[in-house]
Amino acid sequence: MAIENTEDKKEMKVAKLCNGTVIDHIPSDKLFKVIALLDLEESKNQITFGYNLDSKKVGKKAIIKITDRFLKSEEVNKVALLAPNAKIVIIRNYEVAEKILLTFPDEILGDVKCLNPKCITNNEPMKTRFRCIDKAHGLFMCHYCERVVSTEEIVLNK
Amino acid sequence: MANNTSLVSISQYSKEKLLEILDKAAKFEKNPNRKILDGKVVATLFFEPSTRTRLSFETAANRLGARVIGFSDASTSSTSKGETLKDTITIVSNYADVIVMRHFIEGAARYASEVSRIPIVNAGDGANQHPTQTLLDLYSIKKTQGTLENLKIAMVGDLKYGRTVHSLINAMSHFNPSFKFISPKVLELPTSYKMFCKEKNIPFEEYSELNEEVIADADILYMTRVQKERFTDLFEYEKVKNVYVLTNKLLENTKDNLKILHPLPRVGEIACEVDENPKAYYFQQAQNGLYARQAVICDVLGVDVD
Repeated sequence: MAIENTEDKKEMKVAKLCNGTVIDHIPSDKLFKVIALLDLEESKNQITFGYNLDSKKVGKKAIIKITDRFLKSEEVNKVALLAPNAKIVIIRNYEVAEKILLTFPDEILGDVKCLNPKCITNNEPMKTRFRCIDKAHGLFMCHYCERVVSTEEIVLNK
Repeated sequence: MANNTSLVSISQYSKEKLLEILDKAAKFEKNPNRKILDGKVVATLFFEPSTRTRLSFETAANRLGARVIGFSDASTSSTSKGETLKDTITIVSNYADVIVMRHFIEGAARYASEVSRIPIVNAGDGANQHPTQTLLDLYSIKKTQGTLENLKIAMVGDLKYGRTVHSLINAMSHFNPSFKFISPKVLELPTSYKMFCKEKNIPFEEYSELNEEVIADADILYMTRVQKERFTDLFEYEKVKNVYVLTNKLLENTKDNLKILHPLPRVGEIACEVDENPKAYYFQQAQNGLYARQAVICDVLGVDVD
């Protein structure tokens, strides 16, 4: 953990990133799920995680800093399923080069479990597939059994 | 791999496509015996028993001159040995030209259509879709009313779980209908279908009581069975099971053109005395299933009907 105590401000601070992607304002209890969703366990890049950091907005927040990897919006949009208010920025040479605005993905392949036990995806070795049918309310429909789930109900396959 | 002529869900059909299928069905009603599928093999894979639907499809195939292979119960197939659906479909698609499939698992037909080289016709996948039932419902409505446009349709019974109700609402949405939904509170139409009606500007009213007044202006009375297996609380089932029983007395002041439809099997929701009423149409409705299924089999195979 590259967390340092700045004595004069008495607050936790995560080391600055030179180049890479920062995912900030993740509710703390969602951190490990976000890590799994983005397959960061498989990553060879240097990654810094901050956990239970104080946040005025979300109480306890978490942060992820990935060195030398620049995530594209289609890769990070699924973070919206867990942390719709997360802030994602691309850093180049210590400066914010780009802010990625999170929106719900049009389609989710494999990451979300269908809650219907009678759905084919729970009875056959196959990938799930969900289509976003309402971006404003975060509603997704199973491509196979056509049941609708909201982001609050979503269960990840990981 | 996916075969895009498959029929998985009624919502995949446009208004024009629905009317085209119904026109073909009308040709088969005039002459059901046409050997236009001579040399073709139709596989009927029924992973759950449904004698009525299977016989209807097999009769359709036979009257078109095709040969039929298949099974009527999953216990007689390799599924009972743990074979995946994908493997079963792959093997059968080596033998047949079209697969008619009934499955207790929801989404099975969509998945089968993605892994199959040959077209799939969904003959019911759990509580999800049963598009040929909807086509025979539409055919019956068009035949008895002369049109599908601007009709008043009253739907009665289990509107929550009744997939035929949901699919019929979807299909009728092309034809400017107005609906009355009559059901016990615990079995009312799901919000998603009410939203669907609102989005399409389809007027609807909800009632919890079946009486003369509610059905007085209806052109079609679509009855459904309240299914015992849908209730977790059997006390609730006992309370509602006999609430909606259609009798001749209830039909006295209905419109002359009213026809009563029911996807069958019926249990107690239509009194037997109604069978003789000229407004009863549910048995002819089932017969129309043959023509609708002949039309669908030809359509997915790309075979023209003269």
